[in-house]
Order: sequence, then structure tokens, then C-alpha cells
Amino acid sequence: MRGVSRARTERLVNLVICLLATRRFLTAAQIAATVPGYGHNPDDPREHEAFQRKFERDKAELRALGVPLETGTDSVFDTEPGYRIARREYALPDIPMEPDEAAVVGIAARLWQHAGLAAAASSGLTKLRAAGVDLDPHATLAVEPVVTVDAAFGPLVAAARARQEVSFDYRVPERDEATRRRLHPWGVVCWRGRWYVVGHDLDRDAARCFRLSRIVGAVSTRGPEGAFTPPADVDLISHVARWWGPDEPHGRATVLVRPGRADGLRRRAERLESGAHGDVAVLPYHCPDSLASWLVSFGTDVRVLEPPEVRDAVISRLKEITTLEGP
Amino acid sequence: MSGRTTGSGSTGWLARLLNLVPYLQARPGIRIAEAAADLGVSEQQLRDDLELLWVCGLPGYGPGDLIDMAFDGDRVTITYDAGMDRPLRLTPDEAVALVVALRLLAATPGVADREPIERACAKIEQAAGGAAPVAVRLAGDPGRLDEVRQAVAQHRALELTYYSATRDRTSVRVVDPMRVMMVGGHGYLEAWCRSAQQVRRFRADRIDAMRVLAQAAAAPPHARPTPIEGGVFQPGAELPLVTLRVGRRARWIAEYYPCEQVQESADGWLVSLRVTDLAWARRLVLGLGPEVTVVAPEALAADVHAHAAAALQAYASPDGLAVSPERVAASPEAAPTTPG
Repeated sequence: MRGVSRARTERLVNLVICLLATRRFLTAAQIAATVPGYGHNPDDPREHEAFQRKFERDKAELRALGVPLETGTDSVFDTEPGYRIARREYALPDIPMEPDEAAVVGIAARLWQHAGLAAAASSGLTKLRAAGVDLDPHATLAVEPVVTVDAAFGPLVAAARARQEVSFDYRVPERDEATRRRLHPWGVVCWRGRWYVVGHDLDRDAARCFRLSRIVGAVSTRGPEGAFTPPADVDLISHVARWWGPDEPHGRATVLVRPGRADGLRRRAERLESGAHGDVAVLPYHCPDSLASWLVSFGTDVRVLEPPEVRDAVISRLKEITTLEGP
Repeated sequence: MSGRTTGSGSTGWLARLLNLVPYLQARPGIRIAEAAADLGVSEQQLRDDLELLWVCGLPGYGPGDLIDMAFDGDRVTITYDAGMDRPLRLTPDEAVALVVALRLLAATPGVADREPIERACAKIEQAAGGAAPVAVRLAGDPGRLDEVRQAVAQHRALELTYYSATRDRTSVRVVDPMRVMMVGGHGYLEAWCRSAQQVRRFRADRIDAMRVLAQAAAAPPHARPTPIEGGVFQPGAELPLVTLRVGRRARWIAEYYPCEQVQESADGWLVSLRVTDLAWARRLVLGLGPEVTVVAPEALAADVHAHAAAALQAYASPDGLAVSPERVAASPEAAPTTPG
């Protein structure tokens, strides 16, 4: 097996060198007559068919590696298309990097916990090294992020880059079933450690963002590339930030707190004083219901003094809990 | 991401060979061992690669057409490259992996010098022929993490005033810093906690105050950073298991907390999770209110009920707080727990 794979690899290296060197398009027959490893008798149908299969596999392998294989003819009189590799498309442009830049690239390449991205980063790094960039494998930063990505990351980034429609099953925890969503993806956002895709939702006919971890199964693409243009100067992050909603405080609540308890509440207090029945804390809040549910979590260590909207919400939650968790 | 850019299999081998000639050409006379280490292969593998390349070259395949190299002891120099003088372009996957990682670094609070990161990112984007459609924002409060990083850089012990959400307690402790990191949108200080005699993680936004001490940071030699792959909180099987019946509006907890089991059913999901102590579980259940009920353990259900009933009673009296059920039962305080 090793021998077969070695012969094949040798043949592919020679094929790349040959197609990089030629200005003219070379037909399959010319390649077979030139590159070692393709020799066969073209008049023997079985040998010829075996060659064609071999050559197809080799072309596919080169394309999978990202080798830009061109197909064409040199003149209108050529009936059979030929192949060549445009050097300008093949070669990584010169990347002159300062030592401090090279150091951070080396750190960045080690960041991924995701196997696919880690492999892509490391093969990218090898190419930069081959381009003459010297990387310090031991460089570190004072703070390094630990990042994971969801499975949908790769397909969605590729679709956003190609500007191609995607569809996927999306499930929010509140719903029982996933729903199929169709989207023109503008881009992918990492917001506070979670990943989102932002785009134009084709069914809602509006901008929407979706959390990648809630996508169920595979992302599929549909239709041609270049199917849409994202709005000019679209700010992807603001779309996600807006979805999270504003959290400016609307009101202030005053609560009684047992001394020495409910530290989580104390650190959010705007004011904290000691009173006759305990400590008195003033808390800013945005939504009375979410404040109430948080206050209930402190149990007997907290009593709401005002306003009534918060006090009543707490009382009604406590009543419901005592009914539900009844002994 | 497709896995086809990995170094395994014949495709990986071919990719490595196409890189090797330009790599060596940029470093005439490099030691073979050094090149092998740099490229992540064994020395023997690299010698095999060179042997293979030696019989490859331009059509004609005569002595002047084949790739040629000169060996000088354990060093190698490419003397003829047969036109393979540049590495292959970055694939879109490679460019995304590098550019997004650089943007994540640039967006990490506490990274002192963003400028080289941004320059490197721009250069790779240019070489890859365009920007990746990915934007990054990591955290809301860069200030505290930056302070922590600066303190850690001084290699001194720190006195932290830290709020432990698990225990709902703020306490003062002395720690020996080990590293600072960013996980899931939060900054953490990993340090040897002198009071717990353990390695602990402290969330930067829960450090309420910090004092750099005169003594040097001195974590014991057996203190090791804990792996983060499985998440910040990795519950062990020795912790109590709590099972809740969860209504529609509280299903998010199954997404937010690491759960042992989630069983979906029409009359509420059954969610099982391990908790560091039952007092934390009581606060969780009280906070979620009517959206959850305790299935097990029974003691938790009773505790939740007792606290809710006592808290409710307080509102019927003119003023003051309810008597805590704990004080009534004189139950011992929960076992010491992991902060954070």
C-alpha cells in the first residue's frame, strides 16, 4: 500500500511541476506521454480506460488540495481541452511579516479546540512557514481565549463567503419541534463566547440572527453562488446585540436583607444601609418580573418593601411555588 | 470545516511535499532535525520526503531537470527547485481558521498589544483575497480582566474579594495566580487557592476587589492548570443529582447548565443535573418559580417548600424578615463547595 501511495504521490508531484511549467494547455494524451506513471498503450481500450480513471482521480485530488487546475484550449482549432496551472493563481503571495506579527499568528493557530479548524490552522501555518515566515512555537500571550465552535460554523461561513442561500432546522428550547429556516447568510458572529449567524430570513422577510448551537442536523445550501448582496456596511455585531435587548434600568426597588446573607444581592445594590429589621438595599431593575424571580431565589433572606409591582410579583410567585412544591 | 487539509493520508502527504521545496529554499543549510520539528514530522519522514522529491522534476527528467539538493552533514540546501519556488495558496478553510483566531485574540480583553494582531490579520486577509465574513465580540467588561492580567504579570500573590455564586457568599482569600483565560465569553483567573488548598477558577467579573501582595506567587509544584475542553464546570459523579420537571419557559436551563440527562415529554421536560450543593439548587428552583418542580431528591422539594412558605408568611406580618427554616431546623450548613 505504501508503495502504491508513494508511486501515486510521486506522479502527482511531477504532474504539478509539469502543469506549472507549461504555458500551453496540455491534453490528457500529452500528459500521459510526458509525466512518469501515466504510461500506457492508448490503443488498448482497457489500458486507456484505466488511465482515464487514474487521471480523473488525480485531478480531483489536486482540486481538493486547492490547486487551481485550468481547463481550456490554445486555439479554436484544438478539439480536445487541455490542462495547466496558472502560477499566479497557484502561488501564495509574498507575506512579509514582522517578528511580532509572526508570533501572534503562531498563537492564533493553537487556539482552536475544534479538530477541523485546528487542522486547517496548522496546515495554513505550514504554508506561511514555506513562504519564509519564521514562527516562534513557544510564544504566549498573557490572556488566551479558549474557543469552541458549533458544527454549523464551517458550512455557514462558506455560504456567507459564497453568498449562497442556506436552510437548516432550528430549534429554540421553548418550542417542541424544530422549524425549517431559509436564510441569506451575511456573516457569522461570536458574541460573548456564543456563535450566531446573521442574515436575511427569507420566510420572515427580515433580518434575523440564529444561535448556531440551536441548529439541528446539517446546514444545506441551495441555488447559485452570488445569490444576494449583504446590505452595505452591515454591522453584524449590532444585530446580535440588539437581539439581546436593552437592559437600562426602568425603576428602583427597595428590599430588606438579612445581615450577613444574600451577598449576590448586596453586590448589585446601588445603596446599602442597615435598618431596624435588617439591611436595606436599593436595586435598579429593568423588568419587574425578572427582578422578582431573582429576589425569590434568596428565599427568607429578602423581603420586598417597594414598589408594589415587584412586591406583588414576588408574593404571587411564592404562592405558586408553595402550591406546586406542597408537602 | 472539511477535514481534507489534515496532514494524514496521501492528500496530506502531497500537501506537505508541495510545501517542502519552498520551505527549504527559504532556509538554505537548515538542519534536517530543525526542519522536521518545524513541519511536525519525524526526521526519518522528512528524509523519505526528500528522497521522493529528488526523483521529481520537469519533463525531460534528466539530471538538470530534477529537483536537486545538497547535503552537508545533517544540513540540507535546495540547489534546483524545478519551478516549485512558492507554497500553494491558503485554502478558504485555512484562511478562515487563521483570520478568525486572530480576531478572537484581538477581541480578548486584557491583551495588551492589539496592533501586531491587527497587522497580521490584515496581511493574511490580503493574501487570502478577502475578509472572512466573521465578526467577534467577546466580553462586556474588559476593565477587570485587564487589571487581573497586570497583577498576574507581576508574579505576586493576590488577595481577592471574591463572590462565589455557588455559595452566594463574598469572601476574602489569598491566591497564587497561575494563568488568565477567556472561556465562553467570561474571563477567568486560574490560581492556587490557599484557603481551599486547591486549584480554582475565579470569574473576573466576580472579583469585587483585588490587592497585589508583597510576597511572590508560589503555587505548589503539584498545582496544574485544569483542562477546559469539557467546559468550565465539570461536575463529578460524587455530587448530588437533582431532577426537575421543567416547563416550557425554563427549558433554557438544559442549554445553560451541563445536564446529566434531558428527557423530553409533553407534560414538562425531566432535567437531571449534578449540583455542588443543595442550597444552590434551592436558590435555582426558587428563582425559576412555577416553571419547575422538584422530582428528586425529596429533601430538596421539602426545603424549597419550607423556604417559600416562610418567605410568604413574612409578607403577612407588618414588618421584618421571616425566620429562616434552616435556623428553625438547625440544619448544618452545606458542605464547602467550589466557587465560580
